[in-house]
Amino acid sequence: MITHPKTEELAESVRLWIDEIRPTLDPRNAFLARVAANAMATIARELTQGPAAEAAAVAGMAGVLGHEGGFADLNAELCERIRSGELTRETPGLLAALTVMARDQIAIDQPSYRPEGTPAPR
Amino acid sequence: MEIDVRAGLERLAERLGGAGATLTEAGRLSGGASMETWAFGFEGKGGPESLILRRRSVPFDPETARSVSLATEAALIQATGANGARAPKVRHVCDDADGLGEAYVMVRVGGETLGRKITSDPRFDAIRPDLARQCGEVLVPIHATVPPAGLTLKVSDAQGELDRYWDSYVMSGAQRPILELAFQYLRRHMPEPVEPILLHGDFRNGNIMFDPEIGVAAVLDWELAHIGDPAEDMGWICTNSWRFGRPDRPVGGFGEYADLLAGYAAAGGRPIELSRVRFWQMLGSLRWGVMCLGMYLSWRDGITKSVERPMIGRRVSETEADLVVLLEEGL
Repeated sequence: MITHPKTEELAESVRLWIDEIRPTLDPRNAFLARVAANAMATIARELTQGPAAEAAAVAGMAGVLGHEGGFADLNAELCERIRSGELTRETPGLLAALTVMARDQIAIDQPSYRPEGTPAPR
Repeated sequence: MEIDVRAGLERLAERLGGAGATLTEAGRLSGGASMETWAFGFEGKGGPESLILRRRSVPFDPETARSVSLATEAALIQATGANGARAPKVRHVCDDADGLGEAYVMVRVGGETLGRKITSDPRFDAIRPDLARQCGEVLVPIHATVPPAGLTLKVSDAQGELDRYWDSYVMSGAQRPILELAFQYLRRHMPEPVEPILLHGDFRNGNIMFDPEIGVAAVLDWELAHIGDPAEDMGWICTNSWRFGRPDRPVGGFGEYADLLAGYAAAGGRPIELSRVRFWQMLGSLRWGVMCLGMYLSWRDGITKSVERPMIGRRVSETEADLVVLLEEGL
């Protein structure tokens, strides 16, 4: 991958441009432009944080399932074994692994979201 | 066929305000995917009136729709209002002569509906500690209303809702282990069956008009009204996706469970256990997660084109972040 610019920098430059023209738009398009800018920000975060998040998810799922594998295969097997009832909330390590996956994904999709259990802002 | 709403509002002004009544204002407030809200006003024989038009902009399909028709919605607002609920006043249900399609008119209520204002704006600091209790109180006359004869309302209990969202999830083809575990957990913790009653169906912060002086001014957005478990309405307003940045206040981001339950019981509602509300709250997060998946699918399948839809698809992870905590805590 070339680095001048990096892909996430391209996404960031588009986001900044959208924010720049937003004030010139009618209310409906200004709203959609804000959504589009958020999408560009999500893309940039996925490019920078995605690889580490996926590696952590793969490690966590492999630990629960007891064997190595790629993300898609492990994820599919995890779903299947939960669906069959074999894995439950009580399965050692399962909720811990899922919690890491959820935390990493929300950090990409919506870092400002305050999940259940977050204390009051000071 | 494109409907000229402004022309329709001018005709409505004459019809409701008498010959010679003219529009003094008309503007679109918000647009959902299928529903429009317009604020309008006129000077008529009986003086000035400030009204809201609610109209469906795409045809209603009673077979597939989750929502009720606008005529049913208007009838429910009138019936619950007559039973003491804080519902808007219906001024007129539109017919063919109005040329506005499926629509009705209600009297405009002052106040604030933006969820984040309710949870964070200093104007609501004084009334905020009362709001959870009031929300419990205002549910009682809604739940105690006998739906008018002839209305078609869906009936759904916890099992029915869980099955419906499971089907949507499976059909989406998505593979999300946290959603799978939440479905499994809820199936194993089904509440005891209860006498089904009329529910608002979308009772949450964002669909309630709040006044900084009095609190709940009116309960809005009745399109998901149905017959079911009273705890469903309580669980939905406790779902974290509608707490607008204040997860530390479980009821709507403004109040406490105990106040919601106490308000309900004090106003004559049959007491509801917290664990039952928590069941519906967890199902609420799951419901919103599956709904977000559905909004992404409507974009993927070319039904809607808005950039908003795929981005809402990325909100599934907010429900997952909530669900792992709820799974850890238990009901």
